[in-house]
Amino acid sequence: MDLDDTPEEATFRAEARAWLEGEVEPLAPGEAPAAISEFEDPDEIERSRAWQARKAEAGWACFTWPVEYGGRGGTSTQRSIFAQEEARFRIPPDVFTAGIGMAGPTLLAHGSDEQKRRWLPGMARGEQIWCQLFSEPGAGSDLAALRTAAIRDGDEWVVDGQKLWSSAANLADWGLLLVRTDPDVGKHAGLTYLLVDMRSPGIDARPIRQITGGANFNEVFLTGVRVPDANRLGEVGGGWSVALTTLMNERSSLGAGGTGGALGVRALIALAAATHDERGPLLGDDAVCEAIADCYVRSKGVVYTSWRTQTAMSRGVPPGPEVSIAKLVAGRMRQDMMALALDLQDLFGAVVASDPAADHLPWDHGYLFAPAARIGGGTDEVLRNIIGERALGLPPEPRVDKGLAFREIPTGR
Amino acid sequence: MNFDFDDDHRELQRAARALLDDRCTLRDVRSVFEGPAPFDADLWDAGAAMGWMGLAVPEADGGLGLGYLELCLVAEELGRALAPIPLSSSVYLGIEALLLAGSPDQRARYLPRLAAGELIATLAVQERRDRVAGFDLQTRFEDGRLHGVKAPVPDGECAGLAVVVANGGSTLALVELDGEGVRREPLASLDPSRSLARLHFDGAAAEVLGADGDGRHLLDRLYDRAAVLFAFEQLGGAQRCLDLAVGYAKERYTFGRPIGSYQAVKHKLADVFVAVELARSNAYYGAWALSTGSDELAIAACLARISATEAFQAAAEEGLHVHGGIGFTWEHDAHLFLRRARLLAVELGAARRWKRTLVHRLAARP
Ligand SMILES: Cc1cc2nc3c(=O)[nH]c(=O)nc-3n(C[C@H](O)[C@H](O)[C@H](O)COP(=O)(O)OP(=O)(O)OC[C@H]3O[C@@H](n4cnc5c(N)ncnc54)[C@H](O)[C@@H]3O)c2cc1C
Repeated sequence: MDLDDTPEEATFRAEARAWLEGEVEPLAPGEAPAAISEFEDPDEIERSRAWQARKAEAGWACFTWPVEYGGRGGTSTQRSIFAQEEARFRIPPDVFTAGIGMAGPTLLAHGSDEQKRRWLPGMARGEQIWCQLFSEPGAGSDLAALRTAAIRDGDEWVVDGQKLWSSAANLADWGLLLVRTDPDVGKHAGLTYLLVDMRSPGIDARPIRQITGGANFNEVFLTGVRVPDANRLGEVGGGWSVALTTLMNERSSLGAGGTGGALGVRALIALAAATHDERGPLLGDDAVCEAIADCYVRSKGVVYTSWRTQTAMSRGVPPGPEVSIAKLVAGRMRQDMMALALDLQDLFGAVVASDPAADHLPWDHGYLFAPAARIGGGTDEVLRNIIGERALGLPPEPRVDKGLAFREIPTGR
Repeated sequence: MNFDFDDDHRELQRAARALLDDRCTLRDVRSVFEGPAPFDADLWDAGAAMGWMGLAVPEADGGLGLGYLELCLVAEELGRALAPIPLSSSVYLGIEALLLAGSPDQRARYLPRLAAGELIATLAVQERRDRVAGFDLQTRFEDGRLHGVKAPVPDGECAGLAVVVANGGSTLALVELDGEGVRREPLASLDPSRSLARLHFDGAAAEVLGADGDGRHLLDRLYDRAAVLFAFEQLGGAQRCLDLAVGYAKERYTFGRPIGSYQAVKHKLADVFVAVELARSNAYYGAWALSTGSDELAIAACLARISATEAFQAAAEEGLHVHGGIGFTWEHDAHLFLRRARLLAVELGAARRWKRTLVHRLAARP
């Protein structure tokens, strides 16, 4: 057990830091990293693109991807070292999670050489914003219940249907699209996975206002959208297993970023120390301390769990079900932490920060945003099912839709 | 970065598990639990033959001079097996106190015997039910004599040596328990496989451990070290509870299907799994801090302690619940785990105290 870098890792870290120092400003002491962005400011998107392009140009993007596809052919350890170093700097929020975090690994696992060459290098350079067009009004947790249909017409698919809650679809250049190509077989067997150009005629992405007031997830209407068969990932009818790759990567990228929690706890302690009641600073209150400790223990537990995964991967062991733990724990932890921060301020906790920059963290926005982490990318309940069934090997629930053709499955509507 | 134990550590763990599988079945635990002996002397001797007590004791002091990583993994196995032996008292607390503060003479007198398992040590802190550990202590140490009453003292029935917190916490006194002026009174333990006693000191000969006046500071440091080792015992216990409950949830049918297929049960067990995995990760961090002598131990000990206490408690409580009525019977083993979880939850002070300590330590960091 050794938390120090190996000599090679230390060299790599020093190089990464030196490069970052020449490129961006470090965070000031106590300064929080960029908050979660709803990308309503076009300048912010441009900054995100420019930063990704700069990294790719200098060879610091997409570490684990092969060099020929715009990566570095490096290790996941290098990737996490770079991410740790990058987190100490004032970098723009990342608009590429669906692309680099989800589309990239899915293409690497299921794409043909031609498809990889076509999309991956540009993705690494930040040339494309991607979105995930999976969920529908009738298919969220039960994703395989989706109804958006694609019918083959020569070398193309013609797609009709509606997607929902698609983050950044209004900004995206490309979409990961899961469609039903055969309603006469079981629900998982009739799905196909397509990559769709978001500028295609027949696509209409309409932003939906969220509880935070922002509007970066969308309803997307697809009417007679033509997608070349060359844009298909995997087999016709084999879309489910491709989608699982995307979902796995989505969960691990959403669950990572555990340092955010620990940084938040530091800010929470500062808030409790600076806020007084008749008995003194709230940091002297046992219940407050216990609640803060509960957040910190969970956030560190998530970080150290990722270190265990990292170590296992460096020994050639693939990541296991612990990947679902991070998102489950971190989502709940953030919600508790934000609620506690607002509680500490009594009624002032109901006042929206007029100047978020002056506050340590925009707690009110954080509180309103927190539920998203427990819903998007699989709800708490879905993750518990996954842990119960895949990590603990417990039997699945009986399925009323088993053995039925998709058409025959009851819908409740 | 290498955040895991290595093959040689695991080898030692496997050897400990093999011995415990053979010599410390739950039936064996139960015979101590229901019998008159305060601990399983045969298992203690077998452990001594494997060198368990001396793993982290330097060779110069009569130990094996391996290290804390090995000891952590053995602790995990002891917790898994619910081993009814006084190793935590003697090794995590007694030996560690001597390693932390013992004079050369004290080390020479006691460490080789403790490391060989010939002598058992313990730590005596609390005195009264209405005073939590370390507060308002009445025990006095003066002119080489100890006066006062300590209760409850884990393994006080079988220990030959005690580290006694005296003079309001400012002094740690070392006292041999088989000498004049010491009387032992067994106390009924919630977990009878681990004994508790009241120790009466009536002018017993004693000596200072470490600098007089430094007691509170030493005790804090001792608790930090012990917290990591206890966390591994708790982790082992928690994992075993989870394994047993998962096994049962696959076998037991109600309404025509295994109970583990019901979400209410599945999600409960998933939550326990998550608690155990977080506890494992936090315990590993503690093991790293302990084994490297890092300053991080002050935080890492709290993380390990809090996480492991909560995981074992949740695993024991929910594990029993998943077994339904059978889990509530004397014959079933679930209560053995529930009792051990409860004892370990309070042995170094309850989680509430560790949480306060954690936050105050964090707040004091630059
Ligand atoms: C901020 C945000 C961004 C998102 N971005 C995207 C995106 O970019 N692309 C995309 O495709 N989707 C996106 N989603 C959609 C997201 O994946 C779904 O909202 C999610 O999977 C839940 O589906 P649902 O909303 O239909 O809820 P439902 O599935 O209707 O669930 C409602 C409730 O029932 C519970 N439930 C459902 N099934 C079960 C079960 N089997 N057992 C127990 N409980 C169950 C759920 O846990 C939940 O509490 C996003 C969602 C959010 C909040």
